[in-house]
Amino acid sequence: MSSNDVTHHAADDHDHDHGHDEHGPAPGLMRWVTTTNHKDIGTLYLWFSLVMFFIGGAMALVIRAELFQPGIQIVDPMFFNSMTTMHAIVMIFGVVMPAFVGLANWMIPMMIGAPDMALPRLNNWSFWIMPFAFTIMLSTLFMDSGGPAGGWTLYPPLVLQMGDSFAYVIFAIHFLGISSVMGSINIVATIFNMRAPGMTFMQMPMFVWTWLITAYLLIATIPVFAGAVTMLLTDRFFGTSFFNAAGGGDPVMFQHIFWFFGHPEVYILILPAFGIVSSIIPTFARKPLFGYDSMVYATASIAFLSFIVWAHHMFTTGMPLAGSLFFMFSTMMISVPTGVKVFNWVATMWRGSMTFETPMLFAIGFVIMFTVGGLSGLMLAITPADIQYHDTYFVVAHFHYVLVPGAIYSLMAATYYWLPKWTGNMYDETLGKWHFWISTVFVNVLFFPMHFVGLAGMPRRIPDYSLQFADWNMIATIGAFGFGFSQLMFVYIIVKCVRGGEKATANVWEGARGLEWTVASPAPYHTFETAPAIESSTVTR
Amino acid sequence: MSSTTAPSAYYIPHAARWPIVGSVGLFIFFYGFATWLNGAAFGKEMFFLGTAIVVFMMFGWFGQVARESESGTYNGQVDSSFRMCMMWFIFSEVMFFAAFFGALFYARSFSGPWLGGDGAGGAEMTNAILYQGHDYVWPSDGPAHIGGGFQQMGWFGLPLINTLLLLTSGLTCTFAHHAIREGKRKPFILWLGATVGLGFIFVCLQAYEYYHAYSALNLKMTSGIYGSTFFMLTGFHGFHVTMGAIILLVVMIRAMFSHFSADNHFAFEAAAWYWHFVDVVWLGLFIFVYLL
Ligand SMILES: [Cu+2]
Repeated sequence: MSSNDVTHHAADDHDHDHGHDEHGPAPGLMRWVTTTNHKDIGTLYLWFSLVMFFIGGAMALVIRAELFQPGIQIVDPMFFNSMTTMHAIVMIFGVVMPAFVGLANWMIPMMIGAPDMALPRLNNWSFWIMPFAFTIMLSTLFMDSGGPAGGWTLYPPLVLQMGDSFAYVIFAIHFLGISSVMGSINIVATIFNMRAPGMTFMQMPMFVWTWLITAYLLIATIPVFAGAVTMLLTDRFFGTSFFNAAGGGDPVMFQHIFWFFGHPEVYILILPAFGIVSSIIPTFARKPLFGYDSMVYATASIAFLSFIVWAHHMFTTGMPLAGSLFFMFSTMMISVPTGVKVFNWVATMWRGSMTFETPMLFAIGFVIMFTVGGLSGLMLAITPADIQYHDTYFVVAHFHYVLVPGAIYSLMAATYYWLPKWTGNMYDETLGKWHFWISTVFVNVLFFPMHFVGLAGMPRRIPDYSLQFADWNMIATIGAFGFGFSQLMFVYIIVKCVRGGEKATANVWEGARGLEWTVASPAPYHTFETAPAIESSTVTR
Repeated sequence: MSSTTAPSAYYIPHAARWPIVGSVGLFIFFYGFATWLNGAAFGKEMFFLGTAIVVFMMFGWFGQVARESESGTYNGQVDSSFRMCMMWFIFSEVMFFAAFFGALFYARSFSGPWLGGDGAGGAEMTNAILYQGHDYVWPSDGPAHIGGGFQQMGWFGLPLINTLLLLTSGLTCTFAHHAIREGKRKPFILWLGATVGLGFIFVCLQAYEYYHAYSALNLKMTSGIYGSTFFMLTGFHGFHVTMGAIILLVVMIRAMFSHFSADNHFAFEAAAWYWHFVDVVWLGLFIFVYLL
């Protein structure tokens, strides 16, 4: 990338005498393998997730192609099932999570005025686990017994009936877990320990706050997930009875442990998105973020509540009535802090001097369409209603609205917003706008009909369906291919921007606030080697 | 460089070569382990090769950090980063254990009684139709009595001795800390040696306990939910004691090579935190696995 030709600034006023003499990036391929630079590692994460986005997307297109018409059309059901399973695993662990970690790597040190992440070597390792872990994960698709096909939630006893790929999937999850936990520890240590002198917690940009809380969620829940899959492993290979009722265990217990991880996980996938949108909307509304303090407290409340709502995924599994009631009300309670956020974003835009550059378009798209997903989530939280909706396409519509025009849109918004800072070049604004509008049309064509077929009773994760669902499925598939192929535009715009274009100024956006906009574009290889002095009046967010 | 004047700038290492070694090692380890479990060729070999690479990586990486620390490369802020890293790592380990404790609590308070026909929501029917005559009592190996009859592991005897051993090792570890804080190297090494020794005795006694369980009590990993939770919790803990003892041993060997000073001994402190964490987990085990 273009940071190769960065001229190094003359911050020579600090100690140089301990192996600190290499100041630019090392030449050749080894630069990327051994790098400890947060910008390099952020770039690696971002490219990795972009590649995985197309792998996971191709799997989604296999699913949608099969569902274009009723009947078994293109793939056999076993392969269809492994596509739904792998699509989820790739998109969650290979796309959204690493992309957010990549953004955290790039932006957090610059936002808090730190020279780098707190633990640069560990940072390198967190990234370099990802390609190896996904090699294990994806290799299962080529095994005789096929890839994992029991759904990404890995429910026993079904998952225990998987073929040879079972053990590989479990270990790939352990492997990815090591990466996530190390990456999160690094982020927490960076935010606690590396803020420029004088920067208080309440001066941190929302993106830093949301990542701090996300990292905490990751450290708290990934090990629980690792424990759950370890018990699956021993049940399969070492004769334990954790999830076997005949031995006094309970398959439902897996669901409880899994979703104790799984629900905070969905906030892991969305809290950094909240942070991104909270950075972008003030810039293009040219007003400070409305209700910053309430944003911080809302994020913390969402994180707290996320630990006590897990069984809303299990209403049809069965639990005591008191449990159903508790999990219904605690889930609905999350809509309060989430509502606070949506209100704050709207209030930030209220009477702002708004302009609609591509990042802003994606951010506004996020606010509207994420809210659609949030509202269907509220419907799903109602226990008696959920018994009807459970495992239908309504659920698929719900979580794809929060994840695609939600999390993925925030990632695209972030890419357009910070790309000039990363590359020093402006992206093609016209193409960016086209990318937004085409994506937004197709994403709704793709996912909105799923509400209808879901409410009408179409079950998910099944390659065939009854005839009355045919029309909407055909439309959804058209939307899927449209959305999928329009993402090639995204790659084209990024590559074009990396290779050149109109030079970006340091501030890039007229209304941008925060320390990352005080350094040159492209950001020098090392920034803030001498910490900036932060006063209570310094604009840092 | 003198180790008394701490550098003013935050130390950013360059060209880290150990992480990629670790990734390759773990890749071979995990791939080999899975292949081994499937009974396919070269699984075992890959497993051990991967283990060896990871051990090699750890020696290399930690050795590099130790050398940098001893040559005064780090400042107080770097030290804080290491401390936070260790604290949050221990928190992640707490959550790992929480999953297994959660399984124990869930099986004992919920699924066990339900299988026995207690509880609302049709537990009675399930019991009548699927498991008629099954009456739930802990320790349980479930309605099918998987693994055959077994005896429960008592708390008196070895487990109690092990509890006393670990608690004592917590004390000796604290004495070692006091010694190094006063800069007294010899008592530091001796107290560390006592801690490591107690740790390894604990592991040996636990191995004997397992042998006793398998040979005399017919208590195995396959003994239903009781055997599953018993061996998972104590085994995972035993693994942590082993790791903790090895870490303390490495610290002791470093101390013999006159590493550490009264105000620079974080490696020891991290090991001590880890040791106390393992200690506390054992108390939880002793109460919930053995006593209750
Ligand atoms: Cu949930």
